[in-house]
Amino acid sequence: MLAAPPAGGPGVLRRHAVALGFLVPAAVVLSLWIVYPTIYTIVSSFYGKDGFSYGKGFGHGFVGIDNYKSIFTTSILVTAIKNSAIWILVAPATVTAIGLVFAVLTERIRWAVAFKSIVFMPMAISLFATGVIWHVMYIKDPSQGAVNAGIGAVKSWFTTPGALSSASPSTPALTGSADKGYVLHKTVAAGGIAELGLTAIPPTDVPASAKQAATPQPKPGAIDGVVWRDFKPGGGTPGKVEQGELGLPGVVVELFDPSGKKVQSATTGADGSFEFSGVKGAGYKTGIGAATFAKPFAGVSWLGSRLITPSIIIAYIWVWAGFAMVVIGAGLAAISREVLEAARTDGATEWQVFRRITVPMLAPVLSVVFITMLINVLKVFDIVVSIAPGSTQSDASVIAVQMWRQSFGGVNDFGLGSAIAVFLFILVVPVLLLNVRRFRREV
Amino acid sequence: MATLEAEAGVAAAVVIRDPSDRVSAKVLRAIARAPVHVFLMFVALLWLMPTLGLFLTSLLSPGDFAANGWWKIISKPHLATWANYGNVWHNTDIPTAIRITAEIAIGGTFLPIIIAALAGYAFAWVEFPGRDWLFVAVIAMLVVPLQMALIPIFSLYNHLHLYDTILGLVLFHTAFGLPFAIFLLRNFFIGIPRDILESARIDGASELRIFLKLILPLGLPAIASLAIFQFLWTWNDLLVALVMARNTVPITVDIFSQLRQFGSNIDIIAPASFLSMIIPLSVFFAFQRYFVQGLLAGSVK
Repeated sequence: MLAAPPAGGPGVLRRHAVALGFLVPAAVVLSLWIVYPTIYTIVSSFYGKDGFSYGKGFGHGFVGIDNYKSIFTTSILVTAIKNSAIWILVAPATVTAIGLVFAVLTERIRWAVAFKSIVFMPMAISLFATGVIWHVMYIKDPSQGAVNAGIGAVKSWFTTPGALSSASPSTPALTGSADKGYVLHKTVAAGGIAELGLTAIPPTDVPASAKQAATPQPKPGAIDGVVWRDFKPGGGTPGKVEQGELGLPGVVVELFDPSGKKVQSATTGADGSFEFSGVKGAGYKTGIGAATFAKPFAGVSWLGSRLITPSIIIAYIWVWAGFAMVVIGAGLAAISREVLEAARTDGATEWQVFRRITVPMLAPVLSVVFITMLINVLKVFDIVVSIAPGSTQSDASVIAVQMWRQSFGGVNDFGLGSAIAVFLFILVVPVLLLNVRRFRREV
Repeated sequence: MATLEAEAGVAAAVVIRDPSDRVSAKVLRAIARAPVHVFLMFVALLWLMPTLGLFLTSLLSPGDFAANGWWKIISKPHLATWANYGNVWHNTDIPTAIRITAEIAIGGTFLPIIIAALAGYAFAWVEFPGRDWLFVAVIAMLVVPLQMALIPIFSLYNHLHLYDTILGLVLFHTAFGLPFAIFLLRNFFIGIPRDILESARIDGASELRIFLKLILPLGLPAIASLAIFQFLWTWNDLLVALVMARNTVPITVDIFSQLRQFGSNIDIIAPASFLSMIIPLSVFFAFQRYFVQGLLAGSVK
C-alpha cells in the first residue's frame, strides 16, 4: 500500500474520492429529507388545498399569495400567531432569567449536583408526557389538582371559609343578602337581646357540634343574642327560639353603632349564643356578617380559555429551566475568580458584583441560551396539544399546532399548511444567518 | 534582634489570628446563606412534585382518583395499587407501542450517528474543494423546522410505501438529527491532534482504517453525548409519528389518542405516561455527564 503524502501528488485525488464516499450517505439523506422538501413546501405554499403536484403541472391550482393572506385573516390562525407572540415574549426571557438565578445561587452550594439533577430531570421527559403531568397538576377541583390545592391551603391561612354556604332570614325583621350580610331591622340598647333566626340552611351545613339553641337573657352593659336554625320539623313559630331548634355555631355576628359604624364582632358558640360586652346607650343594630357565607376556594381554572396559554408556558419553563441553568452554570465556572474577588476586595456588594461583572461577562452565554429557547419556542407543539383539553385547544393554539391541524388534522389543506410552515421558517432565518456568520468568522 | 523577634511575634499573631477569622467568617457566611438553602430546597421540591404527582396518580384506582388528590397516598398508603399497571400491560396496546418506540429510537440513534461520523470526519480532516460551503449548508439546516418537511415527506412516503413503517420514521429522525450530529462531531474531530492522524497516514493506513481505528475511539465521548440526545429526541417524539404513521405508532401517539377522555381514561393515561418516561429517565440518570457535555458542546463554543 502506498503512503499518502500530506499534500499534493496522486494521494490528493484519492482523498477526494474518500471524502466523497464519506459524504455520500449524509448528502443523500439531507437532500431527500430536508433540501427537497424545503423547496417543495415553498412552492406548494402558493397552491391550493392539494398543494403543488407534478402530475398536474405548475399552472394547476396556483393561488398566488392567498394562503399567506389567510394566515393573517383566518381567526384561528390569528389567535395562534398572537399566542406564539406571547410565547416568544415571555418564555425565552423567563427561562434565561430563572436559569441565571439558579446557576448563581447553586454556585457555592455543596448539594448543587443534587439540585441540578432535580431541576434538569424534566429535560429527559417528553414534552408530551410533561403535558400529561401538568394536566393532572392543573385540575380545577382543589381536592384533585395540586396547584389549586396549594393555593387553597395558602388562602386558608388568611381567610377561613364561612360556617354556612347559604341561608335566608326566618322573619322579615332580618334584611340583607348572603353577599352583604344580614342586619336586624330593630335597634337594640345595652342590656337588650337580639334574636337572629335563619332558615333554608342545607342540613349538611349544620355542624355536628350544634346544640339546642339558647334563649338569650338580658344582661346589663351588654347585648346578648342567638343565631339559630329557626326551623323544626312539623312547624313551629318563626322568630321564636323553641325546643328542638339548633343553635348555629361559627356564625360571625356584627354590632353597628347608631351611625352605622361596625364597632364589634363576635362568633357564635355551640348553642348559637353570642355576647357584645361593654356596650353603652341605645340605637345599636346587630347583624350577621357576610364572612359567615364566604365560599370555600373553588379553584382557579388553569385550563380554561383565559389562562391556558400562561399555564402551558409555566409547564414549559419547568422543562427548560434546567437547560438554561446548566449552560449558564458552565459559563459561570469559566469566569475568572480573580476578577470577582478583586471586586469584592474593593468593597463591591454581592449585588454589584452580580450586576456589573457576572452578568456582563456572561452576556455571550445568556444570548446563546436565549436564542436556543427562541427557536424551541417557535416550534412548540407536543406540550400544547397534550395539556389543553378539547374545549380550549383553539384558545391555546400556536403556529406549529396550526401547521399540523390545517395540514393533517381534518382540514387537510396542504397549500395553507405549507404556507404556515414557510412562515415558521422565515421566523428562524435570522438565527440561521447568525449561525452561518459566526462560522464564517471562525474559518 | 529584638525587632526581629517582635516582627516574628507579629507574624505569628497574624498567622494565628487569620484562621480564627476565617472560621467566624465562614459561620457568618453560612448563616447569611441559610435563606438561599431554604429557597433552593423549596425549588427542588417544586420541581420534583409534578413528576411525583403523575406517578402517585398512576397508583390510584379510578374511583379513588375521583375522590382524592394524589397526595392523599402519602398519608393513606393503602390507596396505592399496581392494578392500573397490570391492566395497561395486559389489556392495552401499550406494550406493543413501547416495543415500536424502542425500535424507532434505536434505529433513529444509530443510523444518524454512523452517517454523521463519516461526514464529520470528512469535514474535519479530508481537504476537498467546496468543503466550507458544504459545511455552511449543514449549519443552515440546523435550524430548519421539521414542519418544512412534513407535507412533502408525507406524500413521498405514500408513494414509496414508507407511510406507517418503522423505517420511514427512523429515516425522518435520521435526517433531522444529522445537521446537529455532523456539526457536533466535526467540531469534536477537529480537536484531535493533527500529529496522530498524519503519522497514521504516513504509516500507510487507509482513510477508512483511520476512521475506524482512530477517529471513532477518540470521538467516543462526543458520540456518547450525541447518542443520548438523539435517543431521547426520537423516543420522545410525537409530531413526526402523528403525521407519518397510523397503526405502527410509538407510545406518545398511543396515549395521545386517549387524551380526549382525559378524566375517564386517567387510569390508562397516567400509568402509560409514566411507563413512557422510565427509559428516558434511566438513560438520563445513567449518562447525565455525557448529556451535559453534549449540551454544552452544542450550545456554547
